[in-house]
Amino acid sequence: MSLLKIFQLNASYGAIQALYDINLDVREGEVVALMGRNGMGKSTTVKSICRLIPSHGEMHFAGHDLQVLPSHRAAQLGIGLVPEGRRCFHSLSVYENLISAHRSGFWNFRKVIKLFPKLGERRAQKAISLSGGEQQMLAIGRALMTNPKLLILDEATEGLAPLIRQEIWAVISKLKDQTGLSILVIDKSINELKAVCDRVFIVERGKTVWKGSAAQISTKVVEDFLGV
Amino acid sequence: MINEKYFNSVIVLLLLLVPAWATASDEPFTITLITRAVVFSLAAVGLNIALGLGGLVSLGHAVFFGLGGYAMGILAFHAQTYSALFEWPFLIEGTKSMPLIWLVALIFCSIAASLIGFLSLRTSGVYFIMITLAFGQMFYFFSISWPKYGGEDGLSIYVRNGFPGLNTLIPLHYYGLCLVMLFLALWFSARLKKSPFGLALNAARQSPERVETVGLNGKRLKLIAFVISGAITGLAGALFADLNRFVSPTMFSWQTSGEIMIFVIIGGVGRLFGPVTGALVFVSLEHFLGGINDYWHVYLGLFLLGIVLLGKGGLVGILCGKEKINA
Repeated sequence: MSLLKIFQLNASYGAIQALYDINLDVREGEVVALMGRNGMGKSTTVKSICRLIPSHGEMHFAGHDLQVLPSHRAAQLGIGLVPEGRRCFHSLSVYENLISAHRSGFWNFRKVIKLFPKLGERRAQKAISLSGGEQQMLAIGRALMTNPKLLILDEATEGLAPLIRQEIWAVISKLKDQTGLSILVIDKSINELKAVCDRVFIVERGKTVWKGSAAQISTKVVEDFLGV
Repeated sequence: MINEKYFNSVIVLLLLLVPAWATASDEPFTITLITRAVVFSLAAVGLNIALGLGGLVSLGHAVFFGLGGYAMGILAFHAQTYSALFEWPFLIEGTKSMPLIWLVALIFCSIAASLIGFLSLRTSGVYFIMITLAFGQMFYFFSISWPKYGGEDGLSIYVRNGFPGLNTLIPLHYYGLCLVMLFLALWFSARLKKSPFGLALNAARQSPERVETVGLNGKRLKLIAFVISGAITGLAGALFADLNRFVSPTMFSWQTSGEIMIFVIIGGVGRLFGPVTGALVFVSLEHFLGGINDYWHVYLGLFLLGIVLLGKGGLVGILCGKEKINA
């Protein structure tokens, strides 16, 4: 069953239309990748799902019509966003960042710390004083604390050191294998995505132009839709 | 830099020692003066919850200060004239009991803050400042034009209201009462800041969008903060009116709103003892400079300018530095 179903989604920033025809679905327990070149509408799609910008078209999440909900309600239904550029609550400590987002469920402070031991070492430190990688872990941890049904990772490995990227990818596959969480990943690293993703959607100029399993991504697909 | 904990302890000691000294040297006026500072502190502790935690620059907190004042004034007025507030649909009489007056003040201020907050929080920034200011002026002119309760002349209450077990007419007793209320409010606001609600509010102040994505309703958090803030300032209003045994529309004026904000800014926005420090400094300046020159506000202005230019953290920020990272 589809947890998230998007059909003919379109959205605009003022007079400029960014999305024309996005079609996408995420099933329960599935890791789905949303790919495409820069400026093609990946982040706009995420913002639409999280109700941060107005959009038109069909958008259903766990049996609810997302289009009629304000963003905090969408999050309460179980959409956990790890936003692009991390966006932690800078003036709060690691512990406070996590606690402020907590909603009851499987994930709690102890389990997040177990997943990211580094956050445990830094629990009293303010988010602004963390390194980029630690902030990314904190952003993921914060999203998990809301006990989401769907985790959305928007460019979660962008601009991070290779070792940290590896750690984040390891966590993503751990989440997939051990908790069966549905995940929507936006990323550009094809090889890492192939290792964890069940299915891939590619967008170009605001439209879904390709979908298939990760294994089906051929050199031609990469050249046509992803290569620079 | 002084450790903030030591600084706060010094302020607490000051609040305990000054009245002790005043009693020993038979200076009841000093007690009245520091009671005034304590009541102002309480009002500012209230505003600090909206301003410091919620980032809501409210230039209308005089509404709550005044409502608290008039809650006391109106109830005590009916009690001293032996007239009923309402006879229909049921009889409501005045009262001279402080706990009852405080309860009424808290309830009315919460209702007013919910309504004002609900409407004002649709805006932000300069518009929020302006709309809260406009509400303040509405209450100010309403109180002036309502002759039943003194209109422009205000209401005098002959005897200070009573509190069970205390003789509130003795300055030291009344001071103690106000001080306990201040400490309770400080304790509450320290707890609030560290509570999940306070943390979420802190996050919402920085970025409403970010808290929405973790399922928190930023606007509602701010509204709750505004209501709590208004209620505490309202309590201070009731105490202030009882201190002077007099209420007038001045309590509603925008100067009052400005002064409450000045206490917070002088002391340090968002700092626990900022409002107390600010109010103590303000009342000292008012007393000592006001004694020298009628135009003492000029010096206050210069002082405020200095504080704002020296650093955003107010006096607490200048003396104790930024809030500790590992709090």
